[in-house]
Amino acid sequence: MVDLEHELAARVRQAGADKTPLCIRGGGSKAFYGRASQGEVLDVAGHTGVVSYEPTELVITARAGTPLTEIEALLADKGQVLPFEPPHFGNATLGGMLAAGLSGPRRPWTGAVRDAVLGVKIINGRGEVLSFGGQVMKNVAGYDVPRLMAGSMGTLAVILEASVKVLPRPASALTLVHEFDSETAARRLLGWARQALPLSGSLYHDGRLWLRLCGAEQGVAAASEVIGGEEEPADVWTAVREQTLPFFTTPRPLWRVSLPAAAPELALPGETLIEWGGALRWLVSDAAPETVRARVQALGGHATWFRGHDGKAPVFQPLPVPLMSLHRAVKQSLDPHGLFNPGRLYPEL
Amino acid sequence: MNAPAEVLLPPEQRRALVADLRAVLPSHCVLAETEELHPYECDGLSAYKQLPAVAVLPETIEQVQAVLRICRSHNVPVVPRGAGTGLSGGALPLSNGVLLGLARFNRILEIDPDNRMARVQPGVRNLAISEAAAVHGLYYAPDPSSQIACSIGGNVAENSGGVHCLKYGLTVHNVLGIKMLTMDGELLELGGAGLDSPGYDLLALMTGSEGLLGIVIEVTVRLLPKPERTQVLLAAYDSVEKAGEAVAAIIAAGIIPAGLEMMDNPSIRAAEDFVHAGYPVDAEAILLCELDGTNAEVSEEIMRVRSLLIESGATEVRTATDEAQRQRFWAGRKGAFPAVGRISPDYYCMDGTIPRKHLGRVLKRIDELSDEYGLKVANVFHAGDGNLHPLILFDANREGELHQAEAFGTAILDLCVSVGGTVTGEHGIGIEKLAPMCSQFGAAELTQFHAIKAAFDPAGLLNPGKAVPTLHRCAEFGRMHVHAGELKFPDLPRF
Repeated sequence: MVDLEHELAARVRQAGADKTPLCIRGGGSKAFYGRASQGEVLDVAGHTGVVSYEPTELVITARAGTPLTEIEALLADKGQVLPFEPPHFGNATLGGMLAAGLSGPRRPWTGAVRDAVLGVKIINGRGEVLSFGGQVMKNVAGYDVPRLMAGSMGTLAVILEASVKVLPRPASALTLVHEFDSETAARRLLGWARQALPLSGSLYHDGRLWLRLCGAEQGVAAASEVIGGEEEPADVWTAVREQTLPFFTTPRPLWRVSLPAAAPELALPGETLIEWGGALRWLVSDAAPETVRARVQALGGHATWFRGHDGKAPVFQPLPVPLMSLHRAVKQSLDPHGLFNPGRLYPEL
Repeated sequence: MNAPAEVLLPPEQRRALVADLRAVLPSHCVLAETEELHPYECDGLSAYKQLPAVAVLPETIEQVQAVLRICRSHNVPVVPRGAGTGLSGGALPLSNGVLLGLARFNRILEIDPDNRMARVQPGVRNLAISEAAAVHGLYYAPDPSSQIACSIGGNVAENSGGVHCLKYGLTVHNVLGIKMLTMDGELLELGGAGLDSPGYDLLALMTGSEGLLGIVIEVTVRLLPKPERTQVLLAAYDSVEKAGEAVAAIIAAGIIPAGLEMMDNPSIRAAEDFVHAGYPVDAEAILLCELDGTNAEVSEEIMRVRSLLIESGATEVRTATDEAQRQRFWAGRKGAFPAVGRISPDYYCMDGTIPRKHLGRVLKRIDELSDEYGLKVANVFHAGDGNLHPLILFDANREGELHQAEAFGTAILDLCVSVGGTVTGEHGIGIEKLAPMCSQFGAAELTQFHAIKAAFDPAGLLNPGKAVPTLHRCAEFGRMHVHAGELKFPDLPRF
């Protein structure tokens, strides 16, 4: 438990006075994610500690530098989990988790990081320490600044502390696997998605479809009768979340493609791995970025150049001009001197 | 009182404004006569009334854009309005402004069962979405009590809740994307059919922004498969503390019910007299616990919840034997507001949320405050998520009681903030809770809110004076006051 709030706020005020941009750093586990940013390192990893955790309130509050492993271990002791299953990619911290906004296999069924964040304490670009939201599920007082932080890549504020909704760990979990061609897999997935089944993960790769059921024991057993397939004892979900499957370990460009679940196949050169009932498609491809983005946009989604880029190219799907203007105005409202992670999300921010 | 000061447009400016609006809208879409404007003088919070300078009911996006550009050029404020069922005065007109009614945007544009989503215009009623999706076995989860009347655009503006938030979330968790217009009439698309849109989560910022940031003109919502089975239990307790502990025990056991509601004795009695739900009128508190899911899941959880309720000291636990009884159990809860309206000439509804662990303490303190202020209070809560609706009973015709009720309400909201809660869980700030916002947020946070507003609306013309108090207003004071006879939609359930 180390409270660096005052030191960090003083650093931000100093940076504002000196007009020195800052690169906010937690555990550094997602340094590969987004564009490269230039500036003095502002290390938040030392600002640590769980501030409060009351299991029956279903909420945990911790400082931004607190390691995710520590938080997840504490939750596990009380039979609870972060419902959005954030990827770690190494020594992840709570602040980095929120800033990156990445969620794991359960995301389409139980929500993303942004759905779970209830409150934040931040330092804005004027060096002021501000608190928004809180520790309660229902709270409509003021604009939803806590959710605005999710996925902002540290370009709006320094996250000091976050309150996050947690859920009970499902009483029972079961992974089933089918051998399907891609067309059959897509059709069956859409059919199951229309039923109220306790699904909590889907993965299709190389002719195999893995499905995870989570929930009450009898409920999982009954749903497994509906879904069928072979029981898979191995934990494929951690491997896909942490990208340790061989599919991901490639120096070639890796794209994270978000689409409507029922969208047709990408039909781009390269290999795909499909999660989230069809809504998340990973693509390893040497196709030109413009080709990937144009195809994905035509299918109603967006593409992120996740790994294997040079840090200078656009990483996130470019925004229409009027929407980018609004982004700039929002950035300006929180970070008027443009101190935080310049260019990390978009060159204009 | 928080009512904004009445500042009328100079007659010649008003005439010019109306003429400009008539030039871009069909004549039946511009309302400028006093008698035409009366239906728009208030929303669900009828204690505050104000006629707008003019009301418009456009029918196309292009017309809305034209209206916004005209207002911009006249430097006239705009108050957006959906169905007008809001409870905090968010759609209260401004005397010098244009009321922008979106009720005519009432078409369901697309139901996409494979992607489990619906694309609708903002004036579509909340319940109409579920009705349209039912043929596909799908529904829209958030169910604010006014769902037969409230519009989805208004739900986005308020981030509306309902009784199933604990398991299914609020509006913000169930909206995939919106199309909105800025005050300049620029059309923006936020979110969309793909999850986790690139850039800032402006969709989250728009949700619950009470019409201060932009005009929602299309909404894409997520649909869910209808649960195979829904079951409800009713448990009676001889103390509210025990009922509160039962709620914690259910959560601690790893069960997230679809709904978990509590009523105290005065509410139970009022509701029973009103709808004859079969409630145990001698109980100090009852819990209603709804479970849904597959047949197997519900069967398993209902046994577990039943034993937890008995272990936590319930004097009686009933399980609804059929759908009719389930509806009856809910009818009492859903009718609690009008039921209380029958036993008291006036009531004043609070909407604070607290961390559940403080429930016993907060209720005890509300009880003490009730004695101190000499006014009775009936409590109904969304117990699962700690959202309290204390209803303060009073008679506005008695000298000083309105003032007492407002002071009592202030004390309750301050109490909610002091235990780490919030002054509004789902009804919004509007004009009603501007003053309590000042106890919840400091000057720096409020200033940051104003900076965010300015990023979207630099001229400050969208619903100004609502939702976020100026630092100057923080010296002022006021509270919601619903007179039974003045309630705008007396037959809508409020819970």
